Amino acid sequence: MSVHTVKEILASLRRKESKPSEWTESALRMIEQHDPTIGAFLTVDGERALERARRLDGEAFDGALFGVPYALKDNICTRNLKTTAASRILESYIPPYDATVAQRLAATQGVLLGKTNLDEFAMGSSTENSAFQLTRNPYDVKRVPGGSSGGSAAAVAAGMVPFALGSDTGGSIRQPASFCGVVGLKPTYGRVSRYGLIAFASSLDQIGPFTRSVEDAAFVLQAISGHDERDSTSAPRDVPDFVRGLEGGVKGLRIGLVTGLDEHGVDAEVQAAVGKAVQTLQDAGAEVVEVHLPHLRYAVATYYLIAPAEASSNLARYDGVRYGRRAAGQSLAEMYENTRSEGFGMEVKRRIMIGTYALSSGYYDAYYRRAQQVRTRIREDFEQAFKRCDVIVMPTTPTTAFPLGEKVDNPLQMYLNDIFTIPANLAGLPALSVPCGVSSEGLPIGLQLLAHWWDEATLLRVGHTYEQARGFAMPLPRMGA
Amino acid sequence: MKISEETVRHVAALARLSLSDEEVAHLAPQLSEIIGYAEQLQQLNLDDVAPTSHSLARTNVFREDEPRPGLARDVALACAPDSTDEYVRVPAVLEG
Amino acid sequence: MGYETVIGLEVHVELKTKTKIFCGCSTNFGDPPNTNVCPVCLGHPGTLPVLNRQAVELALKAATALNCQINQDCKFDRKNYFYPDLPKGYQISQYDQPIGEHGYVEIEVDGRRKRIGITRVHLEEDAGKSMHGEDGRHSLIDYNRTGVPLIEIVSEPDIRSPEEARLYLEAIKSIMQYCDISDCRMEEGSLRCDANISLRPEGSTEFGEKTELKNMNSFRNVQRGLEFEVQRQTQLLEQGQPVTQETRRFDEATQTTVSMRSKEEAHDYRYFPEPDLLFVHIDDAWLDRVRAELPELPAQRRARFEQELGLPAYDAGVLTAERAVADYYESVVAAGSDAKTASNWVMGDLLGYLNAQGLTVEASPVRPEQLAGLIAQVDKGTISIKQARDVFKLMCESGKDAEVIIKEQGMEQISDEAVLVPIVEEVIANNPKSVEDYRAGKQKALGALVGQTMKATKGKANPAVVNKLILERIGG
Repeated sequence: MSVHTVKEILASLRRKESKPSEWTESALRMIEQHDPTIGAFLTVDGERALERARRLDGEAFDGALFGVPYALKDNICTRNLKTTAASRILESYIPPYDATVAQRLAATQGVLLGKTNLDEFAMGSSTENSAFQLTRNPYDVKRVPGGSSGGSAAAVAAGMVPFALGSDTGGSIRQPASFCGVVGLKPTYGRVSRYGLIAFASSLDQIGPFTRSVEDAAFVLQAISGHDERDSTSAPRDVPDFVRGLEGGVKGLRIGLVTGLDEHGVDAEVQAAVGKAVQTLQDAGAEVVEVHLPHLRYAVATYYLIAPAEASSNLARYDGVRYGRRAAGQSLAEMYENTRSEGFGMEVKRRIMIGTYALSSGYYDAYYRRAQQVRTRIREDFEQAFKRCDVIVMPTTPTTAFPLGEKVDNPLQMYLNDIFTIPANLAGLPALSVPCGVSSEGLPIGLQLLAHWWDEATLLRVGHTYEQARGFAMPLPRMGA
Repeated sequence: MKISEETVRHVAALARLSLSDEEVAHLAPQLSEIIGYAEQLQQLNLDDVAPTSHSLARTNVFREDEPRPGLARDVALACAPDSTDEYVRVPAVLEG
Repeated sequence: MGYETVIGLEVHVELKTKTKIFCGCSTNFGDPPNTNVCPVCLGHPGTLPVLNRQAVELALKAATALNCQINQDCKFDRKNYFYPDLPKGYQISQYDQPIGEHGYVEIEVDGRRKRIGITRVHLEEDAGKSMHGEDGRHSLIDYNRTGVPLIEIVSEPDIRSPEEARLYLEAIKSIMQYCDISDCRMEEGSLRCDANISLRPEGSTEFGEKTELKNMNSFRNVQRGLEFEVQRQTQLLEQGQPVTQETRRFDEATQTTVSMRSKEEAHDYRYFPEPDLLFVHIDDAWLDRVRAELPELPAQRRARFEQELGLPAYDAGVLTAERAVADYYESVVAAGSDAKTASNWVMGDLLGYLNAQGLTVEASPVRPEQLAGLIAQVDKGTISIKQARDVFKLMCESGKDAEVIIKEQGMEQISDEAVLVPIVEEVIANNPKSVEDYRAGKQKALGALVGQTMKATKGKANPAVVNKLILERIGG
């Protein structure tokens, strides 16, 4: 198996050593060969992808991702291509419009291969909540790929595509990136348009890339970033040149180590790998300081009030009226209830229930409003921390990938696993997960870096510097047990 | 915070979910546990803390009052599970 | 025991924007069903709202014109409920920070000014329209109105009679039209009204149990629906029966109100701040500009018509109720007509004709300058008042100027003595008997001579001039 980065593919195409259709064909072969085991894709749009790629064969190298095959998480709307959010309720939904990121990637002349699996409506940390299929971790197919963007992470890890987009509401890019040994980036809230991303929790959702290198993440982020007038929460800010910003090293940069993480049950191997990564950065010239995030311990509780509350409202539109699946019913009320009860899976129902409860009269102040206040505290914690450092370092997850089925019926345990990824979403900060080692069981470990709002450039630079200096290459996945 | 099965049923009705007795019995303790976990926020003194509903501090994002082309009716209606040539169709809406 | 009526109104007014509040779809009324829709207003997965600046501008204008305190930091919230004409399963509205609060409007009841308090004015999106399918088992939904910007104006329970309710609505409509905020066409749904009504023993300060009244599609029906409710509730109370808190629908056919199916569960809208929209900040400059640009409002204009133009209160009231009528009237005066004469014409012949034809004043076939031209012809004595009314009718039918019609019809009055003297002298010469009778004291004989002269001029002679000329010749 040979896998390539975006950068390598672009270089080969630019030198005319290969043609776009060859990359698409090879990606489709990889999918054909491995996806029956891995289950990363919900839809493979092979014919149209080949058509597009062959058309590019005859064209001059032009767009920033010219001829590069990629995949989108199946909660990103694609015109005329089924978009399901891995939910029965949208099982045959064909959007009449394109998400802004889909448009932007199409404009770079990349080649969309298909749509990847996820936890239904992006609610989950293992991709086991997909209504359609399991996705397996390429490093150990008895284990989860993480979630909710498990399909995108696994597709990149397995070498089916050089990059894929996911969405991150509480860690849904970084956690599966960590579990699958790839790079995953959640940009600053507002950096990438959410238009066309099927909403889970609107104030937390952000689209970002999975890649095999930090440099590739910079390429892709460049392509999808920037203001979009269709998303009021997208920022009208200049997008810096992330690729150029990668060089320059970390000399003089202050790396913030968060104190008191032990209480969150970090696996010893994870702790060791992250510690080693910090040492690597220190050796590269970074200064290490301690920072304190006193409200970190409240992040999970805060998140699991805010996200379900927003979700309960965001998912009200799935009523079987204008699109999607409709169940039979004698009356309108019955049709609604049947549609929603048959159309949503258990985890989605659970979150709708939590959110509806937290917003219902008499509880709003005690739960939702209070959570929004704690959110303010968490943001303030980061403001304080970033006065002392440029980048904060944490493990992406307390453990490596867990076995399929292990946490399916213990929602709270599953939620607690998100402790290190949630804070960036609550505060809106950019955060990156970079592979920093492999456990004794051969499972990838992720290093998480967080930077100041809008400072993806520094984040990517530190990630890139680390990647260059870490002294090992991630082993290729076994695609088997 | 113990959430009763009755509360679960009430909340499900608000959310237009019909839950089986089994699901209700399953969800009541789970919701109690999750909401119970969230109760730890009650420990914090948040008297003068403004709530954050966005991590963005910007205001006044507007579009100008200029028409944009929408969807052709046949395209819009094609998405619907049931429609006539002109309308989306649903089981009868009862008064009230 | 006497009862006092307590009424509060919730008025929804559609704002006159070109596009919907959160997307670029047209707000045009009357287009074929589901032709002004897009993924955003249909609530497709992944779509997001972007706020129409003009909707905020108009809402701000409305709140200012209704004397509200403006919340310079306002926000949007989601009001969650399920209904097939509500695509997202929530309505984007304003909950605890509406654009305006604590306002009022003035109405005139029995010659007295009365202030009706306005609790709040907030901005929100309209829902679609559902109607019964022919088979009786289905409803059909049109999403063209979904997302049209609305303001909701909530009054204080300051209204004390169905008549006051109608006057309040007329005042609101008038202000909205003056400010060009809304068409306020109840028949097109661009103004809608729900009422809360309760009775209480006179002198009591507690509120009685109230009913909510819906489905009143004209100002007259609002008044009638409320009148019926006053009657119904009075009867209940007099019989010692309780009034049930419920929603009732006005039934136009029977002119009564009927109970709507009572909701199985109380509303729990689960309001929370809309995360897809950012806050709106209305800075001082914006607010000052809107205040400065506010046109003269109906109450001010009415006072000016009375004071500056010397119109009777009644005339001023009628002429200023609609901005377009007042504008028309002022144009007539500006073109040189006497204020009271112009008022008589506008209130009488013009509005009479327009009402009979079902036309708005904007669509009047007679332009203000043309009406002023007609009035001038009367002033000059070219035609009589009586003739002028016939000319007006012809103007309405043809759109031609008064002068043209008078010529075409040969209606000019002859006042020129040089023309009339020979005719008068001939009449005197040909009617010696009448002259004799007049001189003998028979006043009626003068009339006969004038009549002969009028006949000889085919009715065009100016009767006053003819009278004078005859008297000069036969003495008196």
